[in-house]
Amino acid sequence: MSEIENSPGPGGRPYGRPLSPHLQIWRWSITMAASITHRATGIALAAGFVLLAWWLIAASLGPDSYDVFGRAAGTIIGEIILFGFLWSLSYHLLNGIRHLAWDTGYGFRVPTAHVTAALVYLGSLLLAAGAFAVGLMVKAGLSV
Amino acid sequence: MTQPRIRTPLGKIEGLGSARSGTHHFWALRVSSVALIPLSIWFVASALAYVGAEQGAVAAYFAEPINAVLMFLFIITCAYHSSLGLQTVIEDYIHQEGTKITLLIFNRFACWIVGAAAGYALIRMAFGAH
Ligand code: HEM
Repeated sequence: MSEIENSPGPGGRPYGRPLSPHLQIWRWSITMAASITHRATGIALAAGFVLLAWWLIAASLGPDSYDVFGRAAGTIIGEIILFGFLWSLSYHLLNGIRHLAWDTGYGFRVPTAHVTAALVYLGSLLLAAGAFAVGLMVKAGLSV
Repeated sequence: MTQPRIRTPLGKIEGLGSARSGTHHFWALRVSSVALIPLSIWFVASALAYVGAEQGAVAAYFAEPINAVLMFLFIITCAYHSSLGLQTVIEDYIHQEGTKITLLIFNRFACWIVGAAAGYALIRMAFGAH
């Protein structure tokens, strides 16, 4: 105890309590990336929530307002944002399920956590690409 | 004594943890996550079906009671879940007390203002004001 408490910490002050080394100290692993991506997609989705509100408000106001939304969504930037939203939701959904599995005690073994992280990345790309393709087909008037 | 003591004596008697509310935040985030799994799948399926559709078709979709109720639940759960989630992010990165409290309040307001605006638009469509 005293060894940890008395050894100098960052900036030379004694630790007092055990501290975790900061982010840059750790070697990168896929589980770390997956964790950070969950946070990033959560923040992106919260921003996307504002766009969702815009969509609903535009739809509730009438054809003119809805056209403004539709034209913005149809630009290349709009499509990139829509794909980003679909991927963020796919990723956050799959990794959220991974989180909930952990909360019930499953999937904690290190090899398992690595495999599920890779599956979440792969699955989210497939889901997002699939959903985007469906969207393009619907827009082109093809029935799905 | 082999383990360094991490909890302060005050923290021990208060028993609430650093968030001052025990496990409520953790649990509420889990419950909203479970609700969001089916709701977000339903939402994406609905939105995809109406890509490029006319305004009237979208408004008519949300005038259906089942769709209005599901969308209402989705909006409320999104506002709640993201306010809880963003709170964690703020608490993790902002350590200056005044800035932190300001951002925590702003976060709650922002999430619920966006949710209320979306909910109001939905209600207008649900009751056929289009
Ligand atoms: C699709 C279903 C969803 C599931 C299963 C889910 C699950 C979760 C879980 C389990 C966490 C906690 C992660 C942790 O403990 O570190 C979380 C965090 C978060 N979620 Fe979601 N979520 C979903 C949808 C959403 C949506 C639609 C939004 C935005 C409107 C959102 C925004 C956030 C934010 C901002 C965080 C905080 C990120 C962090 O603390 O790192 N989530 N989500």
